[in-house]
Amino acid sequence: MDMPATSAARHLSRVDAINWNRLQDDKDLEVWNRLTGNFWLPEKIPLSNDIPSWNTLTEHEQQLTIRVFTGLTLLDTIQGTVGAPTLIEDAVTPHEEAVLTNVSFMESVHARSYSSIFSTLCHTRDVDDAYRWSEENPFLQKKAELILERYRAEDPLMRKVASTFLESFLFYSGFYLPMYWSSRAKLTNTADLIRLIIRDEAIHGYYIGYKFQRQLAQLPAERQEEIKIYAYELLHELYDNEVKYTEALYDDVGLTEDVKKFLHYNANKALMNLGFEALFPASVTDVSPAILAALSPGSDENHDFFSGSGSSYVIGKTVSTEDEDWAF
Amino acid sequence: MAELVYFSTKSGNTRRFVEKLGLPATRIPLNRDDQPLHVDEPYILVVPTYGDGDPMSSVPPQVIRFLNDAHNRSLIRGVIAGGNTNFGAAFGLAGRVIARKCQVPLLYRFELMGTEEDVHRVLAGVNEFWKRSA
Repeated sequence: MDMPATSAARHLSRVDAINWNRLQDDKDLEVWNRLTGNFWLPEKIPLSNDIPSWNTLTEHEQQLTIRVFTGLTLLDTIQGTVGAPTLIEDAVTPHEEAVLTNVSFMESVHARSYSSIFSTLCHTRDVDDAYRWSEENPFLQKKAELILERYRAEDPLMRKVASTFLESFLFYSGFYLPMYWSSRAKLTNTADLIRLIIRDEAIHGYYIGYKFQRQLAQLPAERQEEIKIYAYELLHELYDNEVKYTEALYDDVGLTEDVKKFLHYNANKALMNLGFEALFPASVTDVSPAILAALSPGSDENHDFFSGSGSSYVIGKTVSTEDEDWAF
Repeated sequence: MAELVYFSTKSGNTRRFVEKLGLPATRIPLNRDDQPLHVDEPYILVVPTYGDGDPMSSVPPQVIRFLNDAHNRSLIRGVIAGGNTNFGAAFGLAGRVIARKCQVPLLYRFELMGTEEDVHRVLAGVNEFWKRSA
């Protein structure tokens, strides 16, 4: 046999039958349970209820929305077909490999979902135009290239950094728009679907970032510092491009400045997923409350008892707590 | 002396947040086999949120075990919850569940390991809170 050695066996030199009853890292099972428990398909969301709402958008708003969704489709496609499969090659436990097969598949479900939105709400011609736009938009293409470069490179740590930035930062210039429509009571079923995607991406970013931190901790301090510098450099590079992408999309509708705040807010969270400190100060992460409410509907009660800025705090009227109550 | 009691998984987000606060803090043990934690002073509990938005599974089992001790439970004065707004209505849900169960206020919610702003607000708030309850 003269088959070339593949890089697939970098860490796990052979494949053994996976045993979920013998874990090397119990985070793998925790995340597996979480991800499989969250499984969903776009067919479960009544997207056609958004048709009347879609028709209230101007032609320009419709075009913007379709473009934003093709941009998101591209990122999901990359993550499903290149990102997660590449991370499987770097996995250090068989359970991590299995979790990443779920990540890979769910990214394909996400990519599939945008096509469901298109076929329900849009004219084929407009969608085709947007796909053409996505292939030609320099900022979207650069965003993809910056990530793919890291995926092709041989550094498992930088692959995880790139992957975490994709999951926890790069999607958000796009996610902003359906949250914005939702805050104005438009495309609310579409927003429900996007919130499912947003939930999945949070677990993906958390898990890949966690695996990154585990691996980083095993390296000498100088190497750790180097990787940290690379990570911040990549974030800056992605951010500069993301600002241009945002301006190209949102300048016409006057939303750029608010989208940027959303970018800063999520860039901080992406860094935290890697175990690094937030970069952007609170003065530039003050996303409009309407967007935050659209992101976390119904979760705003009692949120800041200290400053008194939350809605009025009321102690729950439960009966006296007995020990058996704690058997949740 | 009043202090913090916290729980953090291997990912260490809550641990990092508590370390940044720099207040006296005791960690609830991660493993079931570890000696259970008993406290004798009033405390504020800092916890991450688990699970899929189901209140039944949002509080880490180690925290339930700690609060199942009636003496421990009698000393809780407030709760601060970690989480992620990406989980929508379930953001910081563990904090709401514990607040309701223990009849104490949910004082604050932070995301992941918390930002500098969160640290400032919690430090100021905790300080004020103990003064008021003294």
